[in-house]
Amino acid sequence: MTARIGVVTFPGSLDDRDTQRAIRLAGAEPVALWHKDKDLKQVDAVVLPGGFSYGDYLRAGAISRFSPVMETLIDQAKAGLPVLGICNGFQVLTEAHLLPGAMLGNDHLHFICRDQKLRVENAGTAWTADYETGQEIHIPLKNMDGRYVADSYTLDKLEAEGRVVFRYMDFNPNGSLRDIAGVTNEAGNVVGLMPHPEHAVEPLIGSGRTDGLPFFTSILKKLVAAS
Amino acid sequence: MARVVVDVMLKPEILDPQGQAVQRALPRLGFDGISDVRQGKRFELEVDGPVDDAALARIHELAETFLANTVIENFTVKVEELAVGAEK
Repeated sequence: MTARIGVVTFPGSLDDRDTQRAIRLAGAEPVALWHKDKDLKQVDAVVLPGGFSYGDYLRAGAISRFSPVMETLIDQAKAGLPVLGICNGFQVLTEAHLLPGAMLGNDHLHFICRDQKLRVENAGTAWTADYETGQEIHIPLKNMDGRYVADSYTLDKLEAEGRVVFRYMDFNPNGSLRDIAGVTNEAGNVVGLMPHPEHAVEPLIGSGRTDGLPFFTSILKKLVAAS
Repeated sequence: MARVVVDVMLKPEILDPQGQAVQRALPRLGFDGISDVRQGKRFELEVDGPVDDAALARIHELAETFLANTVIENFTVKVEELAVGAEK
């Protein structure tokens, strides 16, 4: 059985095709999902890709959160469906309250694009099992609204429960509280992060490294183990 | 027809770099004595029919679920009187 991983395209998604390609390179079958469809086509996992859905009007990810596909996705994510949100996808997941906290404009008010060093803080999620906890990786980052915020109670809880999955190293690119680059939900099936692993899956493009590929092999391994 | 105004502001403890950028520009423009600026959003909703308690309750729900993200923002809802000749 080949694992089927859905990639949702919202109006304004930019990285849906890169994400499909990353999934294919990892050995799974990418399934294109349209934001107006309530049907998830029986996929085994879903990735919400990067971009600027609905132009990021109102707040980043706020309008997409009410797309028909999200109604189904929210229910299934709560029931355990693995979901990964990358950049705009992370913003959609916080707006949908599938992940705690919220994403705001970068503290320096500029768009930022760079190779970012990260530390993997939790290799126990559905999307990070092929990393080691404490591993340092480089993957590209590009965003306008990447400042992760939450109240101190929530931040303390996330830290105590090991739900900070990635932290920025050497340089905090957007003013995220406690250098947080990515978080997971309580069950570990929903993960969101600002940097773009799908742009670091082939040695010839992007950062020249393949540090992002383990995201897509991790989920594949989890799905094979579950079947 | 009536107008309902929803004002949305970042919670006081959330850093507002846009407001800070505006505040830093003020002395250059000759405006002194303003120690802080915070920037929010104002939504003007034109409502069909009467703005009774039920309509206001629905707008409150709209503001809470969509116009504001209550993780980071506070909001207020108020009915604006559309007095004839009140436009400046």
